[in-house]
Amino acid sequence: MKVTLTDQEEITVVEVTGDIDSKTAPEFERNAKLATDRNDKIAIDLTAVEFMSSAGLRVLLMVYRNIKSQNGKVILVGVSEDIQDVMSTTGFINFFKIVGTVAEAVVILKQD
Amino acid sequence: MATDIRIDYYPTHEQDGIKFRRGHVLPFGATMVPNGVNFSIYSSEAIDCTLVLFERGEDAPYAEIRFPEEFRTGNVYSMIVFDLDYERLEYGYRMDGPFNPEQGSRFDKNIILSDPYAKAIGGRDTWLATPNWDNVYPYRSRLVFEDFDWENDHPLETPIEDLVIYEMHVRGFTQHPSSEVKNPGTFAAIKSKIAYLKELGVNCVELMPIYEFDEWENSKENPVTGGLIVNFWGYSTVNFFSPKAGYAATGKFGMQVDELKTLIKELHKNGIEVMLDVVFNHTAEGDHRGHTISFRGIDNKTYYMLTPEGYYFNFSGTGNTLNCNNPVVRNMVLDCLRYWASDYHIDGFRFDLAAILGRDQNGAPLSNPPLLESLAHDPILAKCKLVAEAWDAGGLYQVGSFPAYGRWAEWNGKYRDSIRKFLKGDEGLIHEIGQCIQGWPDLYQYRGPTASINFISCHDGFTLYDIFAYNEKHNDANGENNNDGGNDNHSWNCGVEGETDDEFINQLRHKQIKNALSILMVSQGVPMILSGDEAGVTKYGNNNTYCHDNELNWMDWSLLEKNSDIYYFTQRILRFRRGHPVLRSKTHLQHRDYVGSGYPDISFHGTQAWQPDFAASSRCLAFMLDGAHAKSGTITDDSIYVAMNAHWDALYYELPSLPNGQRWHLAVNTDMPSGEDIYDIGKEPLLEDQVRFLVGGRSTVILVGK
Repeated sequence: MKVTLTDQEEITVVEVTGDIDSKTAPEFERNAKLATDRNDKIAIDLTAVEFMSSAGLRVLLMVYRNIKSQNGKVILVGVSEDIQDVMSTTGFINFFKIVGTVAEAVVILKQD
Repeated sequence: MATDIRIDYYPTHEQDGIKFRRGHVLPFGATMVPNGVNFSIYSSEAIDCTLVLFERGEDAPYAEIRFPEEFRTGNVYSMIVFDLDYERLEYGYRMDGPFNPEQGSRFDKNIILSDPYAKAIGGRDTWLATPNWDNVYPYRSRLVFEDFDWENDHPLETPIEDLVIYEMHVRGFTQHPSSEVKNPGTFAAIKSKIAYLKELGVNCVELMPIYEFDEWENSKENPVTGGLIVNFWGYSTVNFFSPKAGYAATGKFGMQVDELKTLIKELHKNGIEVMLDVVFNHTAEGDHRGHTISFRGIDNKTYYMLTPEGYYFNFSGTGNTLNCNNPVVRNMVLDCLRYWASDYHIDGFRFDLAAILGRDQNGAPLSNPPLLESLAHDPILAKCKLVAEAWDAGGLYQVGSFPAYGRWAEWNGKYRDSIRKFLKGDEGLIHEIGQCIQGWPDLYQYRGPTASINFISCHDGFTLYDIFAYNEKHNDANGENNNDGGNDNHSWNCGVEGETDDEFINQLRHKQIKNALSILMVSQGVPMILSGDEAGVTKYGNNNTYCHDNELNWMDWSLLEKNSDIYYFTQRILRFRRGHPVLRSKTHLQHRDYVGSGYPDISFHGTQAWQPDFAASSRCLAFMLDGAHAKSGTITDDSIYVAMNAHWDALYYELPSLPNGQRWHLAVNTDMPSGEDIYDIGKEPLLEDQVRFLVGGRSTVILVGK
């Protein structure tokens, strides 16, 4: 798994490539924390993630809770149908807005 | 102070690269702590204990760590192991100690034992996926994340008298293809049917056992059908703290805990409580010939009631009996229920064969059973509904006498039998029917009507439809030559055994179903219906379908259309109950006027007003509830008059007169065809004849006075 952080003005894009499981979740969490330290508007691009375990979903929820406490906003990008199914079944999906592309996420985050 | 400067966050011991230290004795089980996991387990007799660690799904353990003697406090072994992968870890124990069954000890250090306090079990992650039969450790203890985001959810605490309970099997509810859901047979699928449950009008689902069990237990080829006999119902617990992974669409990802909690949260959002059917009377380990999974190998004498010769008492009818009035086991049961109430937001519990919970360690009934008393007075369970199945397979029958401590309600088996007998036309039941509709004050004089969970059908026995389609059980498919299942069904097939094209008989069956639902919904106490009865489901006369993973247990949703009159009626009669508080008293009715309305709160009638006929030959009873006495006179409702005629002939019932200005309106007449058999609240037609009503043979009529 690889994580890249890119700043687009007041928005930070967290781009993840590879599976997020209990082995890689700590690295994802560390980077997500860096992003939330920098900005309170975050887009997490999961287009290149095929599998996300319970530990990965928990990192997403931690980011959400962290951003929400700063009155910020987080949007997920390119979440695969399989992962969306699991997120829906386990309730995680209720906390997130999900869009198809980073560009869409940036537009929405800029509006706020 | 920064939390990471505590010295116990760092290891003191190391073996094969695994770091560990002395642990905390409480809580029992495996608990995530900073940097590691705290393991704690009790055994009164073990002389040695070893923690066994597996990478998920691997055949062999990657480490075995013996508890150093200094890690034992009393009879508790505890250890913190560092740097474990919470998601990938599976753990168990080896216990060494005496093996002398005649004295009750059955230690075997060759067996890897599951943790009684594990919060999830691996090994049966997908329903009926073929397991590895050579697995050295088939039911593997796992860790779960206990950080579910409940937001502002809270158990609903609906007053028990306002509940309508819907007894449901998680898999049976949606496994049939006609359910048209995405993940059939799962918690997720129930979530997708919440709109249906709301439309039906129930406000509590009672889930048949969801504690981890093994559907493969005692499985074999069905000699009759050639299919597979399995443990479908799940009354055989492998672990009390773990939800059944095979009931979760995400069980294969180990996310059953989140999936179940999400279901409960959504049900609560929609005003529906969740009650669990819990089985604390025995475990899946069977008798002396059974497999050792956990309890038997950890502390046989503590967990089981044993005969003086070291065999298992069998009050449960399943091989063993949990020793639940042993203080250690009692605490486990209490810990377990507290966990489900606090971590899963469960609203109530129904205890399978609960009479066993009142037996002492030698099996004798206790007058003041400590477990039942503890549960009744527990601060965490204080708002939970506690419901007992107040009998056991050892012959202890406590309906009406179950030690209640002001808290416990009971499945009222007498209600079920009386209503069935009355509807089939038996004589001598009028007094009992009078008790049924009042919440059985003869049984529950001091406990009130809410002690009575009223039901006519449940998972055990005939479906509501089959009560009126079969005289006898037809259990051949169970592979026991029709010897299993009860013989006292009190059913009547209406003329032909089983399915028929005879229109008259089919109409009569539908009418009898409507009679049953009507009486159930106008009875004081707490009504419970069996999932599928609203669609007129049949099990083809099988009254003990515990072993079938097929159409015998899968609700056929297409029947909602085929039997649309039953579904329509069920919805409306549930609404009728919800809309009339006079039907839902918290305290017993008093047969007197204590609000000055000129009418007693309840009055009995017969074919003559004010003259009930309690003679043995009578099959007629009517009663009137005075609306001014609703909820002990604190609110005003319409008055309700119910005429029940179990005689085959139509009979005129003289109606009691109403106060000035009020008139009788027709709410229900089960003798009429669909569309005219039940009317929505506010749309009941005014009766032309306010003096008498011709109640059809085997029919029920409900009037509202307003």
